[in-house]
Amino acid sequence: MHHIISIKELEVEDINRLLDKARLIQEKGFKRRTLEGKLVALLFFEPSTRTRMSFSAALSRLGGDVITVDSVEGSSISKGETLADTIRVVSSYVDAIVLRHPKEGAARLAANFSTVPVINAGDGAGQHPSQTLLDLYTIRENMPLDNIDVGLLGDLRYGRTSHSLSYALSNYNVRIHTIAPKSLEMPAVIIEEMAERGVELIQHDSLADVINELDVLYVTRIQRERFPDSASYARVAHSYRITPEVLKDVKDNLILMHPLPRAGEIDPAVDKLPYAKYFRQAENGVPVRMAMLEEVML
Amino acid sequence: MSGKEPEDGLLISPIQDGTVIDHITGGEALVVLRILGITGTTKEAISVATNVGSRISGKKDIVKISNRELSKEEVDRIALIAPNATINIIRDFRVFEKMKVEIPESVTGFVCCPNPGCITNSNEPVESGFKTKKGGRLQCIYCDTIISDNIVDYII
Ligand SMILES: [Zn+2]
Repeated sequence: MHHIISIKELEVEDINRLLDKARLIQEKGFKRRTLEGKLVALLFFEPSTRTRMSFSAALSRLGGDVITVDSVEGSSISKGETLADTIRVVSSYVDAIVLRHPKEGAARLAANFSTVPVINAGDGAGQHPSQTLLDLYTIRENMPLDNIDVGLLGDLRYGRTSHSLSYALSNYNVRIHTIAPKSLEMPAVIIEEMAERGVELIQHDSLADVINELDVLYVTRIQRERFPDSASYARVAHSYRITPEVLKDVKDNLILMHPLPRAGEIDPAVDKLPYAKYFRQAENGVPVRMAMLEEVML
Repeated sequence: MSGKEPEDGLLISPIQDGTVIDHITGGEALVVLRILGITGTTKEAISVATNVGSRISGKKDIVKISNRELSKEEVDRIALIAPNATINIIRDFRVFEKMKVEIPESVTGFVCCPNPGCITNSNEPVESGFKTKKGGRLQCIYCDTIISDNIVDYII
C-alpha cells in the first residue's frame, strides 16, 4: 500500500508515471470505470470546496463512490476525538482516504494510523501534492521539463504552492527565478535545499528584470494581511500585477500560471492572451487526481 | 579506574559500574539527564559536577550514573547538545569502553516541534520526530520546521 503525502518524497519516476497516466486519461476521455466498487472517504477538516469537488469529480469519473465529512462541527472531532482515532475507524469503512486538515503533518500522522492509502489534499501550511502535480502537468503539457526558466512570483514566504513546486521542479533541468518583495522572499531553508539538489535558483525583486527570459511565470497571491498598512500593500500589489503591458516583450511560448483563486494579481484583460494557462491548469486537476486515485488503489 | 582523574577527582568519587559522561558543555549536565529520562524518581545513583575547570574547553560538566550502561542510541542523543562529550562505560572501576558521541540520523520523542500548527503539538497519540541535517540542525518529519539553534529549549 502506498500513500501520497508529500511531493518531496515522490521519486522522479513516480511523478513521471503519474503525469503520463493523467495525460492518457485526458486523451482517452473520462469514460473509465477502473475504480468501480471502490469507496473513498473525503475527510475535509478545513473548507476547500474546489479541491473537494475536484477529487469528488475525479472519483466519479472512475466509477467509484465517495463519502464525505466536510466540517469539523457535526463530526466526532468536535467531541474531542483524535484524528488518529477518526482515521482508524474511517479506514475500516473505505478503500482510500483523501484528507484535508488544518494542522501541518496531519496527513503523515493519518498514514501512520490508516489501514488504507491516504492522499494528502492539503495540511495546514504544509504539503498539497495534488496541486503541485497538476502544476507540473500543466508545464509539461506546454514544454519539455528541460532547460527552461521558471519564475515564481508573489508571496514566496508563506505560499506553499511555490515551495512544493520548487521541490517538484528540482527533479528536472530547470532554472528557478524567485521574484518577491523583501518581506515575502523564499525561505532560506528551501533555497538551501534547492542548492543541495543542484538547482540553479536566482533571486530577483523586480519582475521587469527577468520576465523576458522566462518560459513559465507562476503567479501567487499576495495577502493584504502580510503588510503593516494598506499603502505598503498597494505599492507591492501594484508592482507585481500582470497586465498586457507587462507582457509586451515576453517569449512567445511563455505560459502564465496561477493556482487560483486570484485576487487582482492578474488583470482579466490577460485572460484572452495565449499566455494565460490558469484556467486550463485548474481543469487539469481532475485527470491528475484521477491518476493519483488510481495510483493508490489499483 | 587507575586514579587518573585529575580534573574532577575531588568532586566526584569513582564508580564501580556504570557510565561516566565527560566533556559535557558547561552548564548542560541537567539537560543531559533530561534527555536520558533520568529524574529524581528514577533509581540510578547519579553524581553531577557542573562548571568544572577543563584544560580543553574551559568549563565542562560531568555526569556519573551508577549501575547503568547507556546504549549507543542514548549516547548519540547527547550529541545534540554536547557534541564533544565522551562516554566511558565503567565495569569494576575500569573504563571498559570509551565512546565519542555521534549525531544520530533521526531523533524521536524527546524534542518538541517549535511550530504550534504542527500535528505533533496537538493531543494526537504521536511522538515528535526529526531528521538531523548539516550542522546538527533538526527538521520535523511532520511539518518540515527546522530547529537551527537552542535545541535545548525544545527538549521535552
Ligand atoms: Zn513539526
